[in-house]
Amino acid sequence: MANHDHALELEKAGANITGRLSSLAFLARRYPLGAIGGVIMVVFLLTAACAGLTGLDPFTTDARSSLARPGGEHLLGADFMGRDVLARIVFGARISLAVAVGATVLGCFFGVVIGLSSGFFGGWFDLLVQRLIDIMQSLPLLVMALVMAASLGPSLQNTIIAIAIPLVPSVARVIRSNALSLREMPYVEAARAVGMSEVRIAVTHVLPNTLAPLIVLGTAQLGSAILVESALSFLGLGVPEPHPSWGRMLSESAAEYVRSAPWLVIFPGVAISAVVFGTNLLGDAIRDVLDPRQRQ
Amino acid sequence: MTERVLEVDELQTVFYTRAGLVKAVDGVSFSLSRGETLAIVGESGCGKSVTALSLMRLIADPPGRIVGGSVRLAGADLVKLDEAAMRKIRGNRIAMIFQEPMTSLNPVMTIGRQISEALILHQEMSRNAALERTIRMLDVVGIPEPEQRAKEFPHQLSGGMRQRAMIAMALACNPEVLIADEPTSALDVTIQAQILEVIAKLRREFGTAVILITHDLGIVAETAERVIVMYAGRKVEEGSVVRVFADPQHPYTRGLINSIPRLGLIRNRADESSRRLQEIPGMVPALSNLPPGCTFAPRCTLASEICRREVPPFEEKIPGVFAACWHAGKVAAVANA
Amino acid sequence: MGTYLVRRSLLMVLTLFGISVLIFVMLRLVPGNITDIIFDSAGFVNERQKKKIERELGLDQPIITQYGRWIAGLAKGDLGYAYVSEKPAIDEILPRIPVTAKLAALALFFSILFGVPLGVISAVRQDTTLDYVLRIISLSGLSLPSFWLGLLILMAFVHWTGWIPIYQSSPGNLWKEIALLSIPAAAVGFRSSALVMRLTRSSMLEVLRQDYIRTARAKGASDTSVNYDHALRNAVLPVVTIIGIEAAFLIGGLIVTETVFNIPGVARFLVEAIRWRDYPIVQNLVMFIAVVVVVVNFLVDMTYAVLDPRIRYEG
Repeated sequence: MANHDHALELEKAGANITGRLSSLAFLARRYPLGAIGGVIMVVFLLTAACAGLTGLDPFTTDARSSLARPGGEHLLGADFMGRDVLARIVFGARISLAVAVGATVLGCFFGVVIGLSSGFFGGWFDLLVQRLIDIMQSLPLLVMALVMAASLGPSLQNTIIAIAIPLVPSVARVIRSNALSLREMPYVEAARAVGMSEVRIAVTHVLPNTLAPLIVLGTAQLGSAILVESALSFLGLGVPEPHPSWGRMLSESAAEYVRSAPWLVIFPGVAISAVVFGTNLLGDAIRDVLDPRQRQ
Repeated sequence: MTERVLEVDELQTVFYTRAGLVKAVDGVSFSLSRGETLAIVGESGCGKSVTALSLMRLIADPPGRIVGGSVRLAGADLVKLDEAAMRKIRGNRIAMIFQEPMTSLNPVMTIGRQISEALILHQEMSRNAALERTIRMLDVVGIPEPEQRAKEFPHQLSGGMRQRAMIAMALACNPEVLIADEPTSALDVTIQAQILEVIAKLRREFGTAVILITHDLGIVAETAERVIVMYAGRKVEEGSVVRVFADPQHPYTRGLINSIPRLGLIRNRADESSRRLQEIPGMVPALSNLPPGCTFAPRCTLASEICRREVPPFEEKIPGVFAACWHAGKVAAVANA
Repeated sequence: MGTYLVRRSLLMVLTLFGISVLIFVMLRLVPGNITDIIFDSAGFVNERQKKKIERELGLDQPIITQYGRWIAGLAKGDLGYAYVSEKPAIDEILPRIPVTAKLAALALFFSILFGVPLGVISAVRQDTTLDYVLRIISLSGLSLPSFWLGLLILMAFVHWTGWIPIYQSSPGNLWKEIALLSIPAAAVGFRSSALVMRLTRSSMLEVLRQDYIRTARAKGASDTSVNYDHALRNAVLPVVTIIGIEAAFLIGGLIVTETVFNIPGVARFLVEAIRWRDYPIVQNLVMFIAVVVVVVNFLVDMTYAVLDPRIRYEG
């Protein structure tokens, strides 16, 4: 049994890897799809962050360039008002990022607070919360967001709130069931025996252990938020003028330009799909890495 | 009676993990005679279950692999068979029962169907013939109202009955070898005795050779004729149960026997040490990082220079008992001092 | 089984009540009502006219009374009046339901037809190239906005055939209708298939990890037998539940797809009603959607209880 027989298999299994960078490289090789997702997300973040530095202008209208084909001055073409498509996509990244991150963070924050207290402390509060979660989850995300957006009125902040609120029950449900199982853990019993207050136990012992599922959930919610925002804006009930929104770019161009200006339909959609694809890839990979059952 | 059914020679199974190469089974050899009960004992992680799964070629690849040795069942080497041929042997000529009867039985299939499956598969019986034999098997293992039970689902039976059903399933095709991997560990003590009795009875009736994997020395004393003690993937002692228990040659074996709590201890000349429960200090080493020399040396009270430097050979220490220890002879002396 | 049924039914009724309250509250979050909007667009406010309209529409009553009247009306089948068309709401909603129902059924059919087998194959051949390809396809299905997919399909149609598949009203012939509806159904169904495929895959993988699969192998069962006789039988159970989750998912897709393809269904009507601030319609439609989702989930739970012997034969 020569040792070189094992070397190949060991390398595949990732034995004897030390150092952060090589660990990262190993993870990237082991989960190539996740690595691609990570790259997409980084590109998205950079685009959103550095939009202002590019010198592109998404707002100026220019009647001469109306419906210009891609190429030359307008790399990805121009819309009916002569606004540059590339510029609107780059700046649209900012809006998508703002709405998605805003809604996800807001939704996750309240979801964690509610789910953790409900699962950990139990009692009548838990029963009430459970009913509320069931009720709110009976309505599809888009429908709830639609109704909220309609009732609140169109604005950037309202869009964020309209998307955040339906996200809360999904997060609360997951965190709650997590808290329920963690509540029975021996180290929680031990902390109680030492005399720690319930709240302190919840925050210092239970909360860190809900981080893993929260991260996975968060990335999934991020993707959902982007899709819902684009759907809302497409229907005219989301982000209003003058903010450039990928979803609204599609509605403005809808059926009328399908024949005459396909670039107006293709590029914004590609942008949305690519970013959501990235969050999904990354989320999946993170879930695979963190899943305790994968590690034998 | 001394006809050999199974011959295992230098079996080696490894796992490729992030922690490195894990030699779960590192050169294990033994033979099994017709109708004999061989027990394999050791702490968790010593490799006894992996040995059993290797015999059945049920090691998942990746991350594991059988990399050396042979397993001869009536002459044919199971390690070299292709998967299709191996499938004809599993459940047919070698069978296995597992520790957890609840999770080891398919919850959405009736008991009768699960047992009949083996018969239909290997003996090409018709559904009806298989069902008849299934009911007879359920009766043999001591399940009351077998016709009714055959139509029921696993969750409708008690733990003891499920394990009996598993035994019926394993022995349905009358295999030459039955491997029982911790068959009673998940059961109550009273049920344990019943299950062991069922296995013993079937062994007598069908002449099946049994490999009993357990960490419970009490069971070994009651049911097995020969015993192998494993540690860190290797054999450390082997011999007849009577002789090994009476005069264990390896310090690990002695340690295991001493850590059994016994009611009404037999006092050896009012010796304090034989009354106190002795534990074996330390922990089983990580299989990816074994020490050179004797793997038990870090935890052994008799360890000396040679133990840490060189792996002791596995040889006959007293008639009929083999052990791998540089100080085998001295074990008895120290304890009786 | 009997008690389970009763318990679930009670829960369902309770949930529906809760949903009605939620919907009612959601639509009245912001102060002001339809009359403000009517007068907003008119440009001036005539206080007497406003009060008159408010009284007609029952908007001057306390909130609880308004809610009570709505619920009482629902029970009787009276959904109130649409603001815009001034016809009974039920006359607007009912005729639009069949199209949406057919579209939904087609989409569901597609999603199961493709989703389940592909999910099983993906799980059985875990980590092979085929699995990766299928996973990427399903992920992209989940990443594409379904309205964009609809737009792309329209574009493709226009490009290759020169005409747009228009569905104005039922063409009479069932097959023609199905053919016409298949196109938007494909747009909606793609996303649903992706979801079903992913969930089937993970359910199957979960089952394949179980001890009883090892037992089946130890008996000498072939891979096919293990995967289909043993594993799939167990994996199917959660898939039934998946259909319940899918129902909610599907509705979102229907809303945008009906808008893109201009299908006169109930989902598009919701959007129109929202735009026109026709709150009675919105309220009733959303309630209708909620009822559908809850009933579907209830039926799914019942089916699950029947299929799973652990629940059917309670010990």
